[in-house]
Amino acid sequence: MTSTLDRDAPAAPPTRVRRGLAPLPFLAPGMLFLIVFMAIPVGLLAFYTFFRRGRFGGIVFEFTLDNWVKLFEPLYVGVILQSIGLALVVTLLALAIGYPMAYAIAGLSPKWRTVALVAIVLPFWTNFLIRTYAWILLLNNAGWVNQWLQGLGITDEPISMLYTPQAIVVGLLYMYLPLMVLPLYASLQQLDPALREAATNLGATPWRAFRTVTLPLSLPGALTGCIFVFVPAMSNFVIPELIGGGKTIMVGNLVRDQFFEARDWPFGATLALLLTILLVLVILAQSAVSRRLTEGPRRG
Amino acid sequence: MSTAPLLRVDGVRAVYGDTVALHGVSLDIADNEFFALLGPSGCGKTTLLRSIAGFETPESGRIEVDGRDLLGMPPHKRPVNMMFQSYALFPHLSVERNIAYGLEAEGLPRAEVRRRVGEVMEVVGLGHLGRRRPAQLSGGQRQRVALARAIVKRPRLLLLDEPLSALDRQVRASMQLELKRLQHEVGLTFVVVTHDQEEAMSMADRIAVLREGHLEQLATPQELYANPATRFVASFIGTANLLDGSATTAGVEVPGVGAVAGTHRFAAGAPATAVVRPEDVELSPDAATASLRGTVVDTYFLGGASTISVEVPGVASPILASVHGASRLARGDVVGVRFGRAAVVAHDVPAASAAESDATDATAGAAGAAGAPQEEVSA
Repeated sequence: MTSTLDRDAPAAPPTRVRRGLAPLPFLAPGMLFLIVFMAIPVGLLAFYTFFRRGRFGGIVFEFTLDNWVKLFEPLYVGVILQSIGLALVVTLLALAIGYPMAYAIAGLSPKWRTVALVAIVLPFWTNFLIRTYAWILLLNNAGWVNQWLQGLGITDEPISMLYTPQAIVVGLLYMYLPLMVLPLYASLQQLDPALREAATNLGATPWRAFRTVTLPLSLPGALTGCIFVFVPAMSNFVIPELIGGGKTIMVGNLVRDQFFEARDWPFGATLALLLTILLVLVILAQSAVSRRLTEGPRRG
Repeated sequence: MSTAPLLRVDGVRAVYGDTVALHGVSLDIADNEFFALLGPSGCGKTTLLRSIAGFETPESGRIEVDGRDLLGMPPHKRPVNMMFQSYALFPHLSVERNIAYGLEAEGLPRAEVRRRVGEVMEVVGLGHLGRRRPAQLSGGQRQRVALARAIVKRPRLLLLDEPLSALDRQVRASMQLELKRLQHEVGLTFVVVTHDQEEAMSMADRIAVLREGHLEQLATPQELYANPATRFVASFIGTANLLDGSATTAGVEVPGVGAVAGTHRFAAGAPATAVVRPEDVELSPDAATASLRGTVVDTYFLGGASTISVEVPGVASPILASVHGASRLARGDVVGVRFGRAAVVAHDVPAASAAESDATDATAGAAGAAGAPQEEVSA
């Protein structure tokens, strides 16, 4: 909640501060990092997209727009749309599962809260390839899930679960669910309990209090969680490859294949740049919406 | 109270783990009363308030409003509204929507909601701020929104949890008057929880003083000041000279001071404390003829009155006396001391806390004359 002290005076007009070069020493490390690891690589990518592929990889410096035109071939448009679709499904499922989890954790006593949070973060301490292989063990036709299903007499024959789009969704969901739970937990946990009490006191049923107070105030957290899940889910290529068996291709696979198999660096760069642009747009939209949610409509 | 009470609290006992927050508290509050629950932090006043609102469940006892049992009722159905200490305004809703929240929850038609919200915003003086968000308001304005949001529901009982504690001193003084005006104007029953005896004294018709989960005394402010029932009430309300001694038929015999007159019901010889308010201490510059003498330690000029602190040999803490206007006495003067009217209370306080409250009397008491009681004795 906001502290009342520092906001007591109605917002004073912002004082104009002459910035000059004074903050530069403080900004420099961050700027340097951004330039070296973000601006230069993305610049290089953008540069590569306008040239022809070399025969065995690499670049031939002849200007062309073919790479951008190629993006609009149905094959690639399909893959991009499919990636967005899969990532969306994963994000929505993560929200549907993660919200009750975060809500429950925020309601625990401080001791059990810590236990629950550690349990949520714990999988991150294991290499994610190993965790992905574990899903193969679980899901394949002779895997544990099928053994249990048959052992319990629920099915007679193994259900093929591995190498399906559903398996990819499960794998991605498993991988990124904690990234949904944590920001949601943070926003639910910092809600003043008096707000819910006030709603109840004013005659709202528990459900109404949740719907009109808790839920809207946790939306910024939910939005952050959605971004945290959508962005990596959309660009992941390991899980579609291992659990999806390479049949259902997502943009991440496509980029990888262009560089390592098709040896079409310029087109790979184009796809990678497109992915980056899409995700940056998503993040910008998220920050705009969440600013509006927390600050309310702008006033003059 | 001759008529049936609006609120009846009967033998309410509340427990948190090992600590007992309320030891069977009973009290009645009449319709249209401005009632205060007063006590230091941890005295159980907030627990009682939250039990009435339904956020705590007492272990035993009954709470009734208009003869209807409250404890069996879920919090959202109780005819009781509360103004929270933190105000608990909904940060994502405008002032209007905040105030309308409770009416919308009742499912009232939109036109009526708008009319009542508009009315109440006029009453509390928020007319022009309807579209603002809570974060865009000052502390005093937020307090008005919180108040408006509660009174717009026209509850049988309005609970106010430390309503003025988040405001700075000047705003607080004007809000005290305004709360009292509002209570008359809207004709609601107010129950205020506060740790600030000055606040309670200036606003409430009747005050219940709570201490460690017990009801110490329930009376009007005047009665609490003039005839405290316990030593704790005597030290918590206003400034007092507490003179420990033993009861006699005519009052209290205080070692080092002599007899202090006062009526009481104690057996002769029982330990008792004489409570003498500073304005009932008479100082005479003519020390020679006086039976009790002291030395002026300090004088505090407070405009309308002065407080004079006098050291009397054999009495642990200095005696405080209050006189009108400025005093001609100065540090070091020897004066005669005479005690006028005294209330007599049992000398029942555990040694440690007795010493502590004596010490606070001497220091905090010096800052506020009797006419302007100090802010908080047990800080």
